[in-house]
Amino acid sequence: MQVGLISLLDGLVYGMLLFMLASGLTLILSMMGVLNFAHASVYMLGAYFAYQIDQWVGFWPALVIAPVLCGSIGAAIEVWGLRRVHHNGHIAELLFTFGLVFIIGRGVQMIWGMLPMAYRVPAGLDFPLFSLYGENFPAYRGFMLLVSGGMLFTTWLLLKKTRIGLIIQASLTHPGMVSALGHNVPLVFTTVFAGGSFLAGLAGVIAGNYLTTESAMADAMGPIVFVVVIFGGLGSLAGCFTASILMGMVQTFSVVFDYSFADALKPLGVTLAANDLLGEILTIPMSRIGPLVPYALLILILLFRPRGLMGTRET
Amino acid sequence: MRFPRSFVRIFLALLAVALWGPGARAADATIKIGYIDPFSGAFAAGGDASLKMFQFIIENINAKGGALGKKFELVTFDDKLQPAEALIALKSVTDQNLPFVMSCVGSNVGSALIDAVNKHNTRNPDNRVLQLNCGQLATELTNEQCSFWHFRFAGSVEMRAVARIKSLPASLKTVYLLNQDYLFGQSIRDDTKKFLALYRPDIKIVGDEMIPLMQVKDFSPYITKIKASGAESLLTGNYGPDLALLIKAGVDAGLNIRYDSYLGHVIGAPTAIGAAGDGRLTSVMEIHDNISVEENNAAQEEFVKQWRTTHDFGFIAINSVTQFDMLVRAIEKVGSTDPLKVALALEGMEQKDMFGAVNIMRKDDHQLLNPYYEAVLTKGQKYDVEKTGMGWKTEFKTTVADETLPTTCTMKRPES
Repeated sequence: MQVGLISLLDGLVYGMLLFMLASGLTLILSMMGVLNFAHASVYMLGAYFAYQIDQWVGFWPALVIAPVLCGSIGAAIEVWGLRRVHHNGHIAELLFTFGLVFIIGRGVQMIWGMLPMAYRVPAGLDFPLFSLYGENFPAYRGFMLLVSGGMLFTTWLLLKKTRIGLIIQASLTHPGMVSALGHNVPLVFTTVFAGGSFLAGLAGVIAGNYLTTESAMADAMGPIVFVVVIFGGLGSLAGCFTASILMGMVQTFSVVFDYSFADALKPLGVTLAANDLLGEILTIPMSRIGPLVPYALLILILLFRPRGLMGTRET
Repeated sequence: MRFPRSFVRIFLALLAVALWGPGARAADATIKIGYIDPFSGAFAAGGDASLKMFQFIIENINAKGGALGKKFELVTFDDKLQPAEALIALKSVTDQNLPFVMSCVGSNVGSALIDAVNKHNTRNPDNRVLQLNCGQLATELTNEQCSFWHFRFAGSVEMRAVARIKSLPASLKTVYLLNQDYLFGQSIRDDTKKFLALYRPDIKIVGDEMIPLMQVKDFSPYITKIKASGAESLLTGNYGPDLALLIKAGVDAGLNIRYDSYLGHVIGAPTAIGAAGDGRLTSVMEIHDNISVEENNAAQEEFVKQWRTTHDFGFIAINSVTQFDMLVRAIEKVGSTDPLKVALALEGMEQKDMFGAVNIMRKDDHQLLNPYYEAVLTKGQKYDVEKTGMGWKTEFKTTVADETLPTTCTMKRPES
């Protein structure tokens, strides 16, 4: 029970972090049809910028400046990069963002080196918020929840209650019509790309010191974010949110879950040993393959519900 | 179909370079070593650090004249910690007729290379290659899988386990094992259990966890589990991000237990842990910068100072210094870089390290026998690591005799 409660909190924090990354990606993907491979690289840039600004002026300015920098980089990528390759089709756009991954990754290594950065949780937030069955819940994690929750609320407000949100939503489904009505669709695209990059940068700022800031952090986060986006479904922020929290919980609980498939079969009167047919696979405890479960879920959803959890159209 | 003339020209030029290249290399005045390690991907930092240490060692050796009047040179290949990529790199090494191939990271990579080198040397007796293992540690590589063409210049998991288990404090009663789910992690788990049963039967193993290699981002759930188990020590063979994230999550959650690692001295972990880890992380290593102070060793202090003028992280590869000292002696003794002759010369070779301990390259399994230090990362040391203000402090030491363990190797030797 006590493990369950703590794991619930752990899963929530991780899920919200995933959501910060995935929400930007899902907006870009559903609006522009571009699977932005460089999204996780922008997240990494956010963390490195935050580290650097933290060194110079402190964490709180970094919390604002680093995401803005990432947003500007996003806008620049869209205006001078994506827009130019756009008329060559989606494959060209895909390859373009794929190339960016390597350029940003190598650039980070050349500027900051390969060692992890000493990017620390700010002293003002470095205390245990409360203690649950003897295990501390760091205040910084509470702060992460607060920031990601605030971000969720703001994004929702922006999309549903403002004029810009209205146009963005319309451009999602009917770009031609929106353009014919006299709106500047390319500007909307740039705004969305910059906004998505801003969110990725923000995720980098608050995750860079919670996890570690190092040159491999983009590679580590990239695949799981794609899983969340596809699982949640295109064009649905709610689906993205549900998928993020689900993946966070699945990864957390699969670790504390010491059972294997063989244990699940036991009540049915089937007992398996490691040397039976398939026994080796079925007797592996869940905790040993936990981080791979989201990918298994991805395959399942693509097989049975290709549009994703709450997707409004086919991927 | 006609090719534009410029294409033909470029093709001819490339062809000329390709034909001329290897020939020119063969006549080169350097001894080339193919060096395969991860220089990109999750453990790029480790490969990069290792490369810097080798460059440092080779500069020193070359300044003293190299071997046979030739200087050493590294030809690097990136394997991204993937055995398949390493095998492609090995193909390039043999295509270029390099006499030596070296690789430090990933026992799974080492295992694949041993097989491939064996096959290559059997099929191409006139173009053999000698494998120098500088850090692929799974015990199996010099036991079940041992090969005449493979020399390991780094202590096996088994040797480290001896130092690791013997150095645990007598008051410790419960440990939690957490390791990476691949050849190396499994080797660590098996040998840890073996030597716990042998030296410390009073210690109870309250948890035994395997995690996918470099896949876990958030270790908090594992910390919750460890906490619930009531373990007094977390015993782990993790390295790179898997170790840094694990200990960071533990320290953040206020898990006040011992963190007894096998590879905590490898680059990155001290930075990630930070000041909160003061006095908690221990590791088993061949050397650390503060031994020079503890043992009053002027020669090492000179070496450490020279290293630290250009590097932020500690020099952890004295076994690689020994490796090159032995290699130079072997090449000079036989008067060539012929892999077979050099291998025969290396067998049974004894070499004093900078502390005066005699290291032995055992003939039976081609495993280097060297002493080990167990040290704790703590403040107030003369030389810190990675600019953290914390440095390693020796708590326990083994001798070459302690580390001479029986081997099950039955080596197939070439008929010559």
